Amino acid sequence: MSIILDINGVNKTFGGLHALSDIQLKVEEGTTHAIIGPNGAGKSTLLNCCIGRLIPDDGTVTFNGHNMIGMQPYDINHAGMVRVFQTPEIFPELTLLQNVMIPALAKRDGTFKFNPFNCMRKEKVLHEGAMEALADVGLEKFYDQHAGSISRGDKRRLELAMGLVQEPSLLLLDEPTAGMARHDTNQTIDLLKKIKERGMTKIIIEHDMHVVFSLADRISVLAQGRIIASGTPDEIREDPKVKEAYLGESEDE
Amino acid sequence: MMNLSLKNNMVVMLIFSAVVLTAPLWLDPIGANYPDLLQKFAIFGIFAIGYNILFGLTGYLSFGHATFLGVGSYTAVWSFKLFTMNVVPAIIFAIIIAGVFALAIGYISLRRSGIYFSILTLAFAQMSYSLAYSVLTPITNGETGLQLTIQDPRYLDAMAGVAVKEGLPSTNLFGQLMSGYSGFYFCAVMLIIGFYISLKIFRSPYGLKLIAIKSNQNRMNYTGFNTRPYLLSAFVISGMYAGLAGALMAVTDPLAGAERMQWTASGEVVLMTILGGVGTLVGPLLGVGIIKYFENIFSALNESALHEVFNFLPQALENTVVAVTHHFVGEGWHLTLGALFMLVVIFLPGGVMEGVTNLIEFIKKKLGMSGDESGDTL
Amino acid sequence: MDAILIQILNGLDKGGAYALIALGLTLTFGTLGVVNFAHGALFMLGAFCAVSMQQLLTISKKVKDESITFFDAYKEQPYLEIWWGDAGTVIIDYAVPISILFAIPVMLLVGVVMERGLIKHFYKRTHAEQILVTFGLAIVIQEIIRTFYGANPIPTPAPDIVSGSAAVGAALGLSDALVYPWWRLIYLAFSAVIIFGVFAFLKYTTFGMVVRAGMSDRETVSLLGINVERRFTIVFGIATIVAGLAGVMYAPILPPDYHMGMDFLVLSFVVVVVGGMGSLEGAVAAGFLLGILQSFASMNEVKTILPGIDQIIIYLVAVVVLLVRPRGLMGREGVMED
Repeated sequence: MSIILDINGVNKTFGGLHALSDIQLKVEEGTTHAIIGPNGAGKSTLLNCCIGRLIPDDGTVTFNGHNMIGMQPYDINHAGMVRVFQTPEIFPELTLLQNVMIPALAKRDGTFKFNPFNCMRKEKVLHEGAMEALADVGLEKFYDQHAGSISRGDKRRLELAMGLVQEPSLLLLDEPTAGMARHDTNQTIDLLKKIKERGMTKIIIEHDMHVVFSLADRISVLAQGRIIASGTPDEIREDPKVKEAYLGESEDE
Repeated sequence: MMNLSLKNNMVVMLIFSAVVLTAPLWLDPIGANYPDLLQKFAIFGIFAIGYNILFGLTGYLSFGHATFLGVGSYTAVWSFKLFTMNVVPAIIFAIIIAGVFALAIGYISLRRSGIYFSILTLAFAQMSYSLAYSVLTPITNGETGLQLTIQDPRYLDAMAGVAVKEGLPSTNLFGQLMSGYSGFYFCAVMLIIGFYISLKIFRSPYGLKLIAIKSNQNRMNYTGFNTRPYLLSAFVISGMYAGLAGALMAVTDPLAGAERMQWTASGEVVLMTILGGVGTLVGPLLGVGIIKYFENIFSALNESALHEVFNFLPQALENTVVAVTHHFVGEGWHLTLGALFMLVVIFLPGGVMEGVTNLIEFIKKKLGMSGDESGDTL
Repeated sequence: MDAILIQILNGLDKGGAYALIALGLTLTFGTLGVVNFAHGALFMLGAFCAVSMQQLLTISKKVKDESITFFDAYKEQPYLEIWWGDAGTVIIDYAVPISILFAIPVMLLVGVVMERGLIKHFYKRTHAEQILVTFGLAIVIQEIIRTFYGANPIPTPAPDIVSGSAAVGAALGLSDALVYPWWRLIYLAFSAVIIFGVFAFLKYTTFGMVVRAGMSDRETVSLLGINVERRFTIVFGIATIVAGLAGVMYAPILPPDYHMGMDFLVLSFVVVVVGGMGSLEGAVAAGFLLGILQSFASMNEVKTILPGIDQIIIYLVAVVVLLVRPRGLMGREGVMED
């Protein structure tokens, strides 16, 4: 198996605070890699460094053999690394279908294409792709509703559909089930398992251990900006440092 | 089977063309059927349609679009002076030069967003306006405005052997003079073409992307779009529409003055777009129609005309009504405009089109019809 | 040297007006989050407070003109002079300073009514909508003024005693030829006092501290359970008074007409943006800076090298500042960038 994402020696400070210290992380192609850790451990910062929202102070982020540091977010997207946001970043004024069509258009048209004389209604292929992605997350019935009017849980699923429709080679999921009811969470787990069969690599940030242990092939534990452990789910479960830093706490709750 | 709904571009265009070309007929009963006003409707319609492509789709509020209107007018008049009185080259030049200006101003202004963008466009507009009045007098003829003269070279006309008989020559379309109704029909055809392009843009992937930028620009970046060229192209397109409108102003009345570029003129097009309905296809046209119509009617009214209007009322009441209303007409027309503007923004942020849509929905509900489609609004 | 000093003085009094208008504008924006395009109209209303006071004091009665003896001539004589003689004349002469007292309650009333009646409902609307509704309001206000006062500028002289020029040059040991109108010097001092007054108010009163806290972090302040609404109204009232007073005092410099507000508004907005949206210090600094730059650009020596520069200098500076420092000279991150 080849390494699709290689994060090497990444540091990021805000003021005097070390948000990330010397992060080393390798993600194998086709696997699901979970990153867990207490709040404020730097998980979201790490994702932001991958997709170009933040630029690390030093270190490299190599994706498919290319250095991603300093690249524009839209170029990183086209390289095949796509993030699903934790707080839904959707287009509230557009319909669900349009919300999914947009990333599909990005996939097809590239960072910029001037096509004012094509007709949206004749984009049959894109239309079908978008409807499939909506069906994947169970929202196909609501395709013509405005995205601003659906429930928060549905917005998260729409987010997921917007990521899936681009068929990225690496999908970054930022707490995909946060705020979902148990039933919806299980549906999402099933969906993510299904995606795995398609060979899509995933990085998941998640608090819900049920989700993590049902999906992850490997787990890295982040605490205070450092990776304190990395390994298979079983290894992590047995790791005393992890128990101390994270699992212990969450079991007490 | 042919789809006969408004989703079909052909249907929309047929209806639109019919409405525009028959305007002299159906505007006659409300006293708006004279060429001067009809031309204004069409010209400002083009201006507003173009402005709506920027503001309506991307949400970028430019306070400088009158610059491109002015540039278009100056270019057209220069084309009349130097080359030919034929309007076709004038219009082509005007669109190109306005586009070049829009490219330069847009390139710089679009480095910022929000109110900073608005202020940058305003700053450029004010600079162009001031310079047109002062340093650029050789090109713009300053306060007097750029006019035609008998001595103008008109090289192409001269080569073709068109001699100036008496007085100033008139603009023409391959011989057909551009005054009165023929001027209107020419502008109307331009309006129809402009509307068609706008319709295509609204219903294209490109248009959808522009709307998405308005909705959530940040997300567009992470979705894989470089938004800057999208915004710049929309800015240039709307600048070209403004250039065309400016050229048509010169076509119907061949002179160009700097006041056309003042920021209040930019404000006017914002106002028309908002009033009609930002981001809708026909809204800006409704806004133009309402504002230009009432401007003509209201600003022409005076106190005695009001007495005539209200003479069905009892004498005392008539006097009171006239005493109040006369502040809103004639020179007080701007008061009406300002008040109207506030009322629309407060109660009908979506403009007149929102009102119309709500009304249609209401009627449909009353009649027990279900709201059918989504997406394509007019 | 003299020429430079004169230009600086020229720039300072204009800069004072810019700074005062921009101060209120940015105060409204920073605390209330509202972009107020009617702020220039408030400046204009202030100037018309001076005009009204002058007209009020000079309400006249037709009396026989005694100086003309060979036929019956009539002249208008203000009641004040008829009642109080010379004291009346003096009061009329001081119409502009007196109107400050009149303008404060009037402007406060205007501000409170405007905030409660209109602006309040626009806190949650988009900036574009705020701009548009206040733009409409500005048109309405200026048209109402035009209805009552006509379209022509109305001369509103300063008191006689300060209508001359101060021998600035002689006082500073420079050329005697260097003189400067007293009223403009007074305007400069006046704007300095108002600016320091506003800053002191914001710095040393608890109310001011809450306002400043609100400017840097609106959410937290509203979470503290402070009655933000009432404070918003007061802040808006203060901004209105500042704009109004700036207008009152400017009336002798520029005879007020109904659209003077619009002319100043555009420039003031540029000032606010150059200073940095939501930064009070930035607004004041940028106001004076742009006033002085404008005055230097209008020197003949400069104009011959760069023709037309006096017309565009402010906008040019605005463009450059915004491109080099995206948030203006003293702007903070995250303000007005969505």
